[in-house]
Amino acid sequence: MATNLNIEVSPVSRVEGHGDLVLDVKNKKIEKLQFRIPESPRFFEAMLVGRKYDEPSHITSRICGICSVAHTFTSIKATEAALGVKINDQILKLRKLVNHGEYIQSNCLHVYFLAAPDFLGVGSVIPLIKTNPDVVLIAVKMKKIANEIVRIIGGRAVHPITTVVGGFTKLPTVDDLKSIKNMLASLYPDLETSLKVLKTLKLPDFERETEYISITDKEDYALYDGDLKSSDGWIIKPGKYLEKIKEKVVQHSTGKHCQASRDCYMVGALSRVNNNYEMLSDNAKEYAGQFGLTPPCYNTFMINIAQFVEIVHCVDDSIRLIDEILSDGLDESKKTVPVKPGAGRGVGIVEAPRGTLIHDYTYDRNGRIAKANLIIPTNMNYANIEKDLEAFVPMIIDKTEDEVRFDCEMLLRAYDPCISCSTHFLNVKLINKF
Amino acid sequence: MVKPKVGVFGFAGCGGCQLEILNLEDQLIDFINAVDIVHFTEAITEHSDTYEIALIEGSVSTKHDIERLEHISKVAKIIVAVGACACTGGLNCLKNLYGLEKAKELVYGDKKDWIDAVETKPIDEYVKVDYQARGCPPTRAEIVDIVRSLIAGKKPEIPNYPVCIECKRLGNTCIYEYGMTCMGPVARAGCNARCPSAKSGCETCRGFIDDPNVNAQKDLLARYGLTVEDIMEGFNLYNACKKVNK
Repeated sequence: MATNLNIEVSPVSRVEGHGDLVLDVKNKKIEKLQFRIPESPRFFEAMLVGRKYDEPSHITSRICGICSVAHTFTSIKATEAALGVKINDQILKLRKLVNHGEYIQSNCLHVYFLAAPDFLGVGSVIPLIKTNPDVVLIAVKMKKIANEIVRIIGGRAVHPITTVVGGFTKLPTVDDLKSIKNMLASLYPDLETSLKVLKTLKLPDFERETEYISITDKEDYALYDGDLKSSDGWIIKPGKYLEKIKEKVVQHSTGKHCQASRDCYMVGALSRVNNNYEMLSDNAKEYAGQFGLTPPCYNTFMINIAQFVEIVHCVDDSIRLIDEILSDGLDESKKTVPVKPGAGRGVGIVEAPRGTLIHDYTYDRNGRIAKANLIIPTNMNYANIEKDLEAFVPMIIDKTEDEVRFDCEMLLRAYDPCISCSTHFLNVKLINKF
Repeated sequence: MVKPKVGVFGFAGCGGCQLEILNLEDQLIDFINAVDIVHFTEAITEHSDTYEIALIEGSVSTKHDIERLEHISKVAKIIVAVGACACTGGLNCLKNLYGLEKAKELVYGDKKDWIDAVETKPIDEYVKVDYQARGCPPTRAEIVDIVRSLIAGKKPEIPNYPVCIECKRLGNTCIYEYGMTCMGPVARAGCNARCPSAKSGCETCRGFIDDPNVNAQKDLLARYGLTVEDIMEGFNLYNACKKVNK
């Protein structure tokens, strides 16, 4: 039993980027708990200054390889808002389809490759190739299909090419869309198999109510577009985000911390399901029901389940979108809308797989970016992660040091933190001081 | 055969090159079986400090990065730079153009002194790099080819001809015909002209060909009234760090 602990997990593994957890416990009381982010800062807000309208989406895509589509679209939306560009329905549907591809890819990577080993008691997906080959093969297949959606429509699976301000440089063909639909439909038996396996996993029983923030839309399970919504009872237009979201620099992290109505809030799959459950596809709601996931859910570990439910939703909704695009008729003349460079300010908000992502650009009269502000989902979660750990550690303090370390890492990993994005994350160092 | 021990390391970058390893899909299980991956923080909890081959993503951007990189170079026998950030510094070098101190102040304000940051550089500025998988991101086939060559004891081939050659082979309409700018005439090939094939101008994410004045598609540029210097100076997304050998 650990009365005194000095834990430093450095680095926390199976997360994207570099973060350390520092935990100092004396007489079962937390003296210090910090989530340190020593990831190299890259200064994207400075890189963007002076750039013209067709460059920011290609630059900011490189903030994160795992959610490059989300950054691309958030950037494009900010520029389109600044320049008054109104896209057509075909562009909107194709963008949502590319975005769904990234959701399936990213949620699949986290649920199957990064988080599942925790619940099966191994250190990575590698031992699962021998012990659970069926699940690994499903994960590989699902990821491949998801990447193919982005590659076929976006031109490249990581850092898409065709997606630009005003539309697309190149459209997929009708045959491309039909083949994507067939690939997606082939995933239904795999989702059923995954459901059976995931239901056997025992998630820790840890609840802490917090503020849940996501975008929201009356017609759609909001991923690509919507107003900003808080479970604390407010909804605002994207352009007004600064009225609610505050960023601050903290010394132990190159990633800034964020606050809204309280001292911390959560973004990501659980926030989205809590705020927008009714808009999930009927099939996705049935899957959620199998896990007892109904709003409000306060168990952080259920983020993993919410991500799986979102995979189901994205498969359903992608097929719906393809059917609509094909029945409307794919129209080459609607590939782009006109873009006129100029001055203006625009805010783009998209739900990246890890949560709400905000780009805010101001263009000067020469059509160059004078100022850029980027707020990243993992930054938004940092303060909430620390508050979760403060509540979680006393619950597990009677376990062995190794178990405390493992459980803390598992909690952090549930957030699917993306440290490259937010560096502006995870190394848990435990030094025993019995 | 003893499987080579491989470490995968990330420096300042987006994690996309490491993701492309996880994206190997049909080849992923074969890849994992062909080598002994002993260090890969993005995907594996276990880690070891004994490896022969280091696959390194990202550029050097902090003092701590320099120390880590120098340690890896002492352990590994072969260093492979993976991706634009590791090979040329990549987009990260745009920060140098803006100015390091100015960038720190812009992003972190009066707390800028808390931040460990140095001018961004590619990894070969600090350690000897044996092979490069260029591109943002490199193609998966390229990463597999390099590792396969190393297992077989062969030298991986890296193209030194412009992207134009690949466009011609594919029968692509020249991007200049659409009235857009393309770096294809001076950009190092190997990506199978991914961007021009998507009707988007090449951004030189694989860096320049050696001796662009000798090897560039000058006749194509002349047709559109441009010189090698014109396009190389007007475009710096990926090549802000490297002095070009003209």
